[in-house]
Amino acid sequence: MGSIKTEDKKLTIKDISVTLDAKLVCTDQSGPLTINRAFASDLMSDVLRLDEGDILLITGLANVQTIRTAEMSDIHCIVFARGKKVTPDMIDLAKENNMTLLECRYSVFKTCGLLYKAGIKPVF
Amino acid sequence: MHFEHEIEGGNFSQAGFASSEIKKVLKQLNINIKVIKRVVVALYEAEVNIVAHAYHGKMEVDVDTDKIFMRLTDKGPGIENIEKAMEEGYSTASTEVREMGFGAGMGLSNIKKNTDELYITSKVDKGTTVEMTAYLNRE
Ligand SMILES: Nc1ncnc2c1ncn2[C@@H]1O[C@H](COP(=O)(O)OP(=O)(O)OP(=O)(O)O)[C@@H](O)[C@H]1O
Ligand SMILES: [Mg+2]
Repeated sequence: MGSIKTEDKKLTIKDISVTLDAKLVCTDQSGPLTINRAFASDLMSDVLRLDEGDILLITGLANVQTIRTAEMSDIHCIVFARGKKVTPDMIDLAKENNMTLLECRYSVFKTCGLLYKAGIKPVF
Repeated sequence: MHFEHEIEGGNFSQAGFASSEIKKVLKQLNINIKVIKRVVVALYEAEVNIVAHAYHGKMEVDVDTDKIFMRLTDKGPGIENIEKAMEEGYSTASTEVREMGFGAGMGLSNIKKNTDELYITSKVDKGTTVEMTAYLNRE
């Protein structure tokens, strides 16, 4: 009664950064402001296989190709886990493509666990 | 409409630039977003394959009223066994390529999944040609 159905749970970028104690590296207001599904991988072809866009990508792979892959996949929000640092050329490309990037010091497993607990659903 | 881009083998910082340019054009042409996604994923996988596995290549894209035709040709080592290369998980990617997040052996099957027609020809020590067609108005 009165409880929010979990499949409808949406988190804002702010919620996500608080949940993960993550640093917002760049934001874009024109991107989607809420997230309800996520996928984690360090393999770019795995990401490119997904049919849906507008999901959150959790990865430990921090290079320009991560941003390119997100661009091709219509992904607008990426969490870099394991303390991976975003480089200036990644930020440039992310801004061009209206993306939000976050840096998180937790492992991929912990990052996923925290987001799952907060109500983010898997893509499959 | 015809578009062409050169692709430099080994240059990962530029990998995806050509596909990105085509994506912008397709958006401007108001092509169905689902078709754009399929086409762009296939193009990008083929572009990254040139960067990862070949020395130099070219991307050609023809946008028609009913279809998009894409051809990627490269000078490179070629593919000895195309059937095997198409198998999910088969990859000869170097450590460097794997460190970039590629080399899962999923690219060619991703291309197959996202295109209506796929035709690959290759000569060992010469190069590879990947031709792909995506039909519009079928979504
Ligand atoms: N343009 C090419 N020139 C030479 N060999 C190629 C080319 N494209 C693909 N191959 C060969 O086919 C294999 C499979 O390609 P595929 O794209 O499926 O996987 P990958 O590139 O190894 O990894 P992934 O695409 O998942 O990052 C490659 O490892 C390589 O041996
Ligand atoms: Mg590949």
